[in-house]
Amino acid sequence: MDLPLILIQALNAVQYGLLLFLVASGLTLIFGVMGVINLAHGSFYMMGAYLAFSLAPLTGNLLATIVVGLLLSVLIGALLEWALFAHLYRRNHLQQVLLTYGLILIFESLRSRFIGDDVHSVSVPAWLDFSIPLGDVMTYPAYRLFMSAVCLLVAAGLYLLIQRTRLGSQIRAGAANREMVQVLGINIDWVYRLVFALGVALAAFAGMINAPVTAVAPGMGMSMLIVSFVVVIVGGIGSVWGALVASQLIAFADTFGKVFVPDYAGMAIYIVMAIVLLWRPEGLFKS
Amino acid sequence: MTGEVLLSTVGLSRRFGGLRANDNISLELRRGQVHALLGPNGAGKSTLINLLSGDIPVSSGKVLYRGEDITALAPHERSRIGIGRSYQKTNIFPGFTVQENCRLAAQSREPRGTRIFSDAAAYRPYLVVVEEALDRTGLSDVAHRRASELSHGQQRQLELAIMLCTSPKVLLLDEPLAGMGHEESLRMIELLRGLVASHAILLVEHDMDAVFSIADVVTVMVNGVVLQTGTPQQIRASSEVQNAYLGSEGEVSHV
Amino acid sequence: MRSLTTSRGRLAAIAAGLLLLLMFPQFEQDFYTELVTRTMILAIFAISLDLLLGYTGLISFGHAAWFGIGGYVLALLGTQYQVTNSLWLTLPAAIAVTALASFVVGLFVLRTRGMFFIMVTLAFAQIFYYLFHDVKSLGGSSDGLNLRGKPSTAINGWTPFDLTETATLYYFVLALMVAVLVFMAALLRSPLGRALQGIRENEHRMAAIGFPVLRYKLAAFTLAGSIAGLAGYLYAVLGGGVNPELLSWHQSADVLLMVILGGMGQLLGGVVGAFSFVLLQELTSTFTKDWHLWLGIVIVLLVLFLPDGMISIAARVKALVRRSRA
Repeated sequence: MDLPLILIQALNAVQYGLLLFLVASGLTLIFGVMGVINLAHGSFYMMGAYLAFSLAPLTGNLLATIVVGLLLSVLIGALLEWALFAHLYRRNHLQQVLLTYGLILIFESLRSRFIGDDVHSVSVPAWLDFSIPLGDVMTYPAYRLFMSAVCLLVAAGLYLLIQRTRLGSQIRAGAANREMVQVLGINIDWVYRLVFALGVALAAFAGMINAPVTAVAPGMGMSMLIVSFVVVIVGGIGSVWGALVASQLIAFADTFGKVFVPDYAGMAIYIVMAIVLLWRPEGLFKS
Repeated sequence: MTGEVLLSTVGLSRRFGGLRANDNISLELRRGQVHALLGPNGAGKSTLINLLSGDIPVSSGKVLYRGEDITALAPHERSRIGIGRSYQKTNIFPGFTVQENCRLAAQSREPRGTRIFSDAAAYRPYLVVVEEALDRTGLSDVAHRRASELSHGQQRQLELAIMLCTSPKVLLLDEPLAGMGHEESLRMIELLRGLVASHAILLVEHDMDAVFSIADVVTVMVNGVVLQTGTPQQIRASSEVQNAYLGSEGEVSHV
Repeated sequence: MRSLTTSRGRLAAIAAGLLLLLMFPQFEQDFYTELVTRTMILAIFAISLDLLLGYTGLISFGHAAWFGIGGYVLALLGTQYQVTNSLWLTLPAAIAVTALASFVVGLFVLRTRGMFFIMVTLAFAQIFYYLFHDVKSLGGSSDGLNLRGKPSTAINGWTPFDLTETATLYYFVLALMVAVLVFMAALLRSPLGRALQGIRENEHRMAAIGFPVLRYKLAAFTLAGSIAGLAGYLYAVLGGGVNPELLSWHQSADVLLMVILGGMGQLLGGVVGAFSFVLLQELTSTFTKDWHLWLGIVIVLLVLFLPDGMISIAARVKALVRRSRA
């Protein structure tokens, strides 16, 4: 096998893994803190991509697009939490799954009706639209490296937020014991709202920065959802650290699956999942 | 009374991270004896019962049933060999009738329980077991009431009835009198008195009157270790125990 | 409405429903006869899931896998590899393969609990989805396979009935649906059935009183999978083809919905749910192309306001009446 080719695939896998991490960490955070599984999480990823598509021509500037997009996402996330998700905290798993599945159907239909089903593309911002040479023959797109770097920064920021800030400790406390936190005078409703909005923002951000790399198309939300499910399963529900490790594992399985066994590529990540589950039925890490 | 040792532990320990919930516990449960387990909250009594029933795994040490090492057995396997357990927090089948709660427990003794085409409710051998258990626990009148509709005291009795229907030889009782009124407690104690001849009983209880009226052996635990084991008289007289436990509780009192 | 809450009233309703079903094909409306056939097949599918969901307390989000495998066994045996197209061989084969598949997957997934179990069943169903989507030897294409023809019922030259006739297929499916219901009724009052319900009611205590819970769950999972395989087989026969979407999570969600709609843990819940679902689908499709939007809205409203399903409507009305009298 060709070394530069493998290197390129490995870089792709790392980048894809970091992207998966952003989405999966939002999912696992919301579940870990509020005990809610949100099937519509993929729709937020899709929302981010469509936001990037619609805002890019308006702002003409990547940074502005992302900032505006994030603001909108946080707002939408907080609104949804207040209107719908807050009612789910006391419901059982089945009801959560069904309701959020219903939301997917609604989001997808609305998107189809108001934005259409065409496949769109978002162009890579000009200042990042170049390639870095790898060895003599191969090159690697700078934008992808940029993406990986940004994702890493976000991951680090997430870690700092959860482990080092007061909000983070409130989040961790709220996850452990909702009543206790309320007794301490912390407004648990706003902590939950913030966590939810954070989860939405992470997914939407992933959709935004990934937009130039992949097509903005119907169905992107759902495929992303299922893959992030697999990441959360492999990593362990509620474990952000597990999501980081698992997302890399899954990304590599998927990327190299496509390279070495293209006929079975679709199944590769599930085979990995099955193997991990044989060994650790609850995922790699506990929350 | 020196009946056969049915259940015993050797150096049983359980750690949770840095906390030693149970440290080097060795005790014996003999047929015909009520062995009471006392200790303040946090002494490790619940942990010990959980280790005996198999609800949590041990960190080190052994659990022996009639001399056989059963440390690796899962809860359902321990139940099958004759270890029965009642729970401090009522652990019944709320949506089923009292009758069905007990019948299901009796059904557990069926070696090939996966038969598909027969009416479980009509199977006579179970009904006999159920009738006797309901009789003993005074629940015959409410046999067809839904378990969730019973009073607290009745639910505690059902808790015991379920266990009895599994025909256990060892009874691990976790605060069976919790939340019971005076009369109900007396009835329960009479029930235990009736059972002890043919069973080995471990009794975790806070109700001192009850404990000292029925126990043959008492073990006091503090901070995860056994402080002392002896007859009720010895324990009552022990200054160690007074300081560690009874003293702070003052005179005997009901929960 | 009130009569639906008495057991005699319920019996009368069931008898009326059965009579209606028996007479339906006599109206000679082929389109509607096929529609009801399809609905009865979905009812079998929903009943199989209810065994898991309503009676054992296991929330599977991958139940469509068994549905699809049942159909694909027929397609592979009868069309792709042309081994046999006999009903008497392909139907048992479909059930056997589905039983085996669900047993193996059960070994993996039944050790997990709660939300994890839901996600893992979804993920395993995806494996089968991709299997039939990508692997050529298993039909591998997103278009699926068209069946070579309906299964033949011939034995040694004698053909007892002809499944190519709409009414015949209808009655065949009706008979099977009734058989499945009878089977379920017997199962639920059997020791196994009682144990499964005990697991749903209090799994922890079931283990504590000596039941090997994992083994029982595995039995339920395999039984449910097999019956779903039967449904999938019939679906393929009716539709004349199979495709990977039969195993998609949308299909798994649809059948979950049917069970919820009809009322979990009720013997006829699957039937009520399937009929409600198809009725809803047909009605909505006549007015709008946006079936999914309305389905989504219905689901959200259902979960928020009627979580116990339609069967509980009767009970709720009764409670309302009682309260207004007091």
